[in-house]
Amino acid sequence: MEISIETRENTSVKYPSLVSLPVLPISNKGLLDGFEIKMEILNLSVFYNKFRALNEISVKIPTNRITAIIGPSGCGKSTLLRSLNRMNDLTPKIHIEGEIKLDAKNIYGKGVDIVDVRRRVGMVFQRPNPFPMSIFENVAYGPRLYGISNRMLLDEIVETSLVKAALWDEVKDKLNQSGMTISGGQQQRLCIARALAVEPEIILMDEPASALDPVATIKIEELMQTLKTNYTIVIVTHNMQQAARVSDFTAFMMINQERAGTLVEFGATPQIFTNPKNRQTEDYVTGRFG
Amino acid sequence: MENTLSNLSKSSAIIPSLERHYIHAKNGYKRRKTINLLMLSMTGLLSLMAIVPLFWIIGYVFYKGGQFINLDFFIQTPRPMGIVGGGVLHSIEGTIIMTIISALIAIPPGIMAAFYAAYYPNTPLGVALRFGTDVLSGVPSIVVGIFCYALFVKPVGHYSALAGGIALAILMLPTIIRTTEEMIKLVPQNMREGSLALGAPEWRTALKVTLPAAINGIITGFLLGLARAAGETAPLLFTALGNDRFEAGRMIQSGLHGGQSIFKIIGNILSQPVDSLPLTLYKYAQQPFAERVNQSWAVALVLICFVLFTNIIARIWVQSRTGKR
Repeated sequence: MEISIETRENTSVKYPSLVSLPVLPISNKGLLDGFEIKMEILNLSVFYNKFRALNEISVKIPTNRITAIIGPSGCGKSTLLRSLNRMNDLTPKIHIEGEIKLDAKNIYGKGVDIVDVRRRVGMVFQRPNPFPMSIFENVAYGPRLYGISNRMLLDEIVETSLVKAALWDEVKDKLNQSGMTISGGQQQRLCIARALAVEPEIILMDEPASALDPVATIKIEELMQTLKTNYTIVIVTHNMQQAARVSDFTAFMMINQERAGTLVEFGATPQIFTNPKNRQTEDYVTGRFG
Repeated sequence: MENTLSNLSKSSAIIPSLERHYIHAKNGYKRRKTINLLMLSMTGLLSLMAIVPLFWIIGYVFYKGGQFINLDFFIQTPRPMGIVGGGVLHSIEGTIIMTIISALIAIPPGIMAAFYAAYYPNTPLGVALRFGTDVLSGVPSIVVGIFCYALFVKPVGHYSALAGGIALAILMLPTIIRTTEEMIKLVPQNMREGSLALGAPEWRTALKVTLPAAINGIITGFLLGLARAAGETAPLLFTALGNDRFEAGRMIQSGLHGGQSIFKIIGNILSQPVDSLPLTLYKYAQQPFAERVNQSWAVALVLICFVLFTNIIARIWVQSRTGKR
């Protein structure tokens, strides 16, 4: 199969099929020199049944930076993200190979407390998913989980979390209202506040703005910029402009010949978007496909 | 892409001949319209016929029973046969007691089983559970009655409210399990994941997030199960039997007077044979006294109102809650 694309000069340029291209490893030596590494993904492969969904992925996630994962649908971005806090464990018949080191300790190693992993690696989902309880209880849910029941302490945690999520001013007078009654953008920031309340080190965001309108999207993006001073953020996004706007580093993923998700290129965001080293990355970021 | 295009043009070559031989859209217009009208009026008429029995029953029961409903009917116990007056307080009490027992017995395991069926539908136990509830909901209620008679009446030696409550609980269980399971499945997966991602264990997620999110539907299912159980007669014939001298109020009073503990009093009440509204209806309707037959119509009216109101409340409840979201 071949894909033909009409160029502006109306001449047909033929690109060989993207899936048949070999994935070339791009060396990025020295890229992360001088950066503290929060998380290191080492030869990570994920299998559903016997199907390989992720193929030997190795990436380093630098501390206090925003790392974006981009790529076409079905390339395993979300699978990769969900591996980082072991949400994949919920999927039946899943099998994981390789290592993910959080502060140099493998989270898939023996004797690792999954609850501790999930507390340190928070997650924000594609669709806002507030719990069916009040705004206050939504944020207090995590701290209560970890045994905090002192009302004054909870009050303080809820307030600081909501302030950090830039939502406090909008909801401080209706903390007892259901978390489901506020707008979609506010709900998503509530979910961010909820994630922050358990004092995570990393925040994973799975297309956090794809269900939101542009104004709410901008708010989330601004929020990410302020959050990155204290947290390490990994964001999966379909929206390349968003990746270009918010992230410091970008990983580009695609499926290889066996339809397994593969890391094509990892680099500083400006470099990925203006001067990609890989042909497939260039095709993708310039909008030739995807 | 070019390949697919050429394929398309090849297949499109067949279409013109089709058009010429088989399509007569314009000619059949009048005929189609007539048939459509005919079918529409037929379905409308038959739908009307389907709801006529309901309104007929309600209307007739209101007409026959309405005239015999008065305050005494609700607050007095039966007078001796043939004497005018008296009420059915005993069977109202019995119905309430047995529904409470059945709810207490059926709800906790029902909800737990529903969670299991919703979370692990493909495990052997999950499959067995769903098949089992389907079968159980089809078991004739009289069979449940005789089962409870053999298990809870015969060994004890006497009929009791407790045995009646257990029989009703068994009948309620499938409704509760299936509706709760459906409601749990309707809770968005990502809400559950949101809780798990914070490090919450599955049980806490189920209790604090999934259950509250599904609670409206669960309550609806519970109300419908309750309405069904409260209207059952057959299983109670074998378990609660009926007891027109039953007076919970008097038993509580004399119990307190005699210095008995609360548990002792409750135990006394539960171990007595009791009446229920459907049982009373069944027995009164067979009697040769006009007064009793009239009262059985009034009981029918009370029962129908109960079922109607539970259904309407359940519906309004769901609508008001889902509307808010």
